[in-house]
Amino acid sequence: MSATNTTTDNTPRLALANITKQYPGCLANDHISLSLEPGEIHALLGENGAGKSTLVKTIYGIVAPDKGTIFWNGRPVEIRSPAHARDLGIGMVFQHFSLFETLTVKQNIELCLTPAQLHEIGDLAKRIRELSDHYQLNVDPERYVHSLSIGERQRVEIMRCLVQSVSLLILDEPTSVLTPQEVEGLFRIMRTLSAEGCSILFISHKLNEVTEVCHHATILRGGKVIDTCVPSEETPNSIAKMMVGDLAEQDAGYRKAQGTKPVLVSKGLSLSAKQPFGTSLKNINFELKAGEILGIAGVAGNGQDELMAAISGEDGRPLANVLFLDGTEIGRANAGKRRRLGLTYVPEERLGRGAVPEMSLTENMLLTNHKPFVKHGWVNWQQAKSYTQGLIERFRVKCHGDHSEARSLSGGNLQKFIVGREIEQEPKVLMCSHPTWGVDVGAALAIHQALLELRDQGAAILLISEDIDELFLLADRMGALCDGHLSPIVATESTSIEQIGEWMAGTFIDIEAANP
Amino acid sequence: MDIELLTQILFAAIKTGTPLLLVALGEVICEKSGILNLGQEGMMLMGAVVGFMAVVATGSLGMGILGAVLIGSLMSLLFGFLVIHIGANQVATGLALTIFGTGLSAFIGSGVVGQTIQGFKQLPIPYLVDIPVIGPALFNHDILVYSAVLACFILAWIVNKTRIGLTLKAVGENPHAANAIGIKVLRVRYLAVMFGGAMAGLGGAYMSLVYTPMWVENITAGRGWIALALVVFASWRIGNIALGAYLFGMASILHLVLQGLGWSISPNLLAMLPYVATVVVMVIISADHFKEKLLAPRSLGKPFDPRQMA
Repeated sequence: MSATNTTTDNTPRLALANITKQYPGCLANDHISLSLEPGEIHALLGENGAGKSTLVKTIYGIVAPDKGTIFWNGRPVEIRSPAHARDLGIGMVFQHFSLFETLTVKQNIELCLTPAQLHEIGDLAKRIRELSDHYQLNVDPERYVHSLSIGERQRVEIMRCLVQSVSLLILDEPTSVLTPQEVEGLFRIMRTLSAEGCSILFISHKLNEVTEVCHHATILRGGKVIDTCVPSEETPNSIAKMMVGDLAEQDAGYRKAQGTKPVLVSKGLSLSAKQPFGTSLKNINFELKAGEILGIAGVAGNGQDELMAAISGEDGRPLANVLFLDGTEIGRANAGKRRRLGLTYVPEERLGRGAVPEMSLTENMLLTNHKPFVKHGWVNWQQAKSYTQGLIERFRVKCHGDHSEARSLSGGNLQKFIVGREIEQEPKVLMCSHPTWGVDVGAALAIHQALLELRDQGAAILLISEDIDELFLLADRMGALCDGHLSPIVATESTSIEQIGEWMAGTFIDIEAANP
Repeated sequence: MDIELLTQILFAAIKTGTPLLLVALGEVICEKSGILNLGQEGMMLMGAVVGFMAVVATGSLGMGILGAVLIGSLMSLLFGFLVIHIGANQVATGLALTIFGTGLSAFIGSGVVGQTIQGFKQLPIPYLVDIPVIGPALFNHDILVYSAVLACFILAWIVNKTRIGLTLKAVGENPHAANAIGIKVLRVRYLAVMFGGAMAGLGGAYMSLVYTPMWVENITAGRGWIALALVVFASWRIGNIALGAYLFGMASILHLVLQGLGWSISPNLLAMLPYVATVVVMVIISADHFKEKLLAPRSLGKPFDPRQMA
């Protein structure tokens, strides 16, 4: 079933009528109505906080609406629980994964199936391998989930829905961690499912994806339906304007910079994996220059975490004569010493690594930037608080104030805070891991501009991201990681998405071996 | 050391390890669901006194066991209501339960102190008991010893091989995710907590009905605490728990034997031996940090409120 004839069926698969949900202090959903035909791929768009999450949680039975009716295949239903939703045939891939880390992939999938479904499938491991081969998801049923990267975990989540036969699949930002080739693969799956009559509700921040694959789009802002459109008739820019009002200048194309002298140099960095399923780093060479952004592409789990840990000093194992910061050998310095030398770091995980969830923003600020506020061992709280308030204001962090707990902030706002905290320390080198993952358009724009400003002030930025469009937008030079090898580094203007995509798949490794 | 003595040591070691094993088996299931119940000692004492009083009153050992299991479950139900439903702090509530159980058991048991009962009879397993040395040591026990061994195998199978085990681990690791895929988190936790209580009651009953068929105040002598430590040091593995429990039994007996052989070390120091030996061996067994990561229930001790999504 294609986009043109989805309207021939008179009964929508799913229809929402005036769904309203009031949270204390916030009207999350305000009389939202929409409908999905069988086989329709429907995009749900909006900034973080626009009410998308609440709406899909309502459909999936996690949140009970205050008002409004859900019609499933034409009949009004009250979806009481996720189990009930799955019984009806609604599957969901969460943005924050709902996997059990201490169980294997197969056990995780098994838990979601009813005994009857299990019986029907028979050999579950075999079925997972079949689906994995068919959709090229690279999911090994016997691996433990805690050993998988974010990208791999997401593929397990998708697999979990594919194993059950669903007639409505909700995908919450499914493409943010896939390579361009894998995104194509996912779109192929989505189109196949759509052709088989499965409806898909697709949440994404990447508007070019929406125009490419979706039949219809509903745009939310402030809990209300602002607009609907047929994405194929729009451009990413026109949709972005509907989403954020008038502020967005998407893909403006930033000026590229030439770096000056090298500040962070890695000469033949090799490091064996610490975790049983980690990636060993193999002879990593690069020179990061002042005043440039060096982008490193790659699918999660190809050595990004290990590289970041080795450079930041988190890894803890001493390295002799391979890492130099502004001419100083830092291979033996611990993370704190490296920070004092001007190397700051925005890790991938915001809660738990970038910030302590239970601590206030002021306390979190002090964690990496205590020096100016501590005298003779005493913290000057007054000064720290007003500094944090300034930070919140300058980076437009939406929160109650400097006393807010880090975990009470939305992902995008917390990320703005963490990026701001590191940038304000005027580092020589800033390392960023997936800085805009799961962040809405407005916040991503703010983070991009902050990074570019820092670059223009002469700092060197190492940007590791799985979002290849972001790398092309920001990086002045780029390369890719594959299985712990680093590809050659080239100027962004003289390469292409296809080239980087091939490097992410490791084509450079053979060439390197042939010409050492 | 003659063969006769070796047989006796093995026999006593198994008997001494059994109450510990029963309690630890209950606690490991409870902890796997994410609930830390520090009330084991209190529930054991209540199981011991109620079981003993039931036997005194009815003359039936079966009624004693039933009473002990019921009182253990009842106390854990109270604990469960406080920590699962109301979300009270698990550590504080568990400690309170132990203090409560210790006091209450001394109070209600004051009337039966000094009375004696007929304990469980030995049930030799035909043929096996005739094997030299290990036959009389391993196959000439009471029904509860055999049941504890059987329970190890059944629980290990349930935890590692069945869907019930998967569900239990899922709830203990990430209750929010478990709720999202439709597992009834609160129900699973209640059942696990009550199983832990029942087993603690049973372990207590073993002390007052079999090990020393009588009731004295504080008859368990800290075994509930050792069982708790055992679960952690055994990395929540049922095989290791059984090993640790019998090791404790062995060390407890050895210190008596060593005293008997006239060692000139202070008996107080020797009395520490079972505790120290068990902890040291268990620490060595579970030294592999990576495996530790896999086995510890991630949400242990954290309350879960289904109305609040993470």
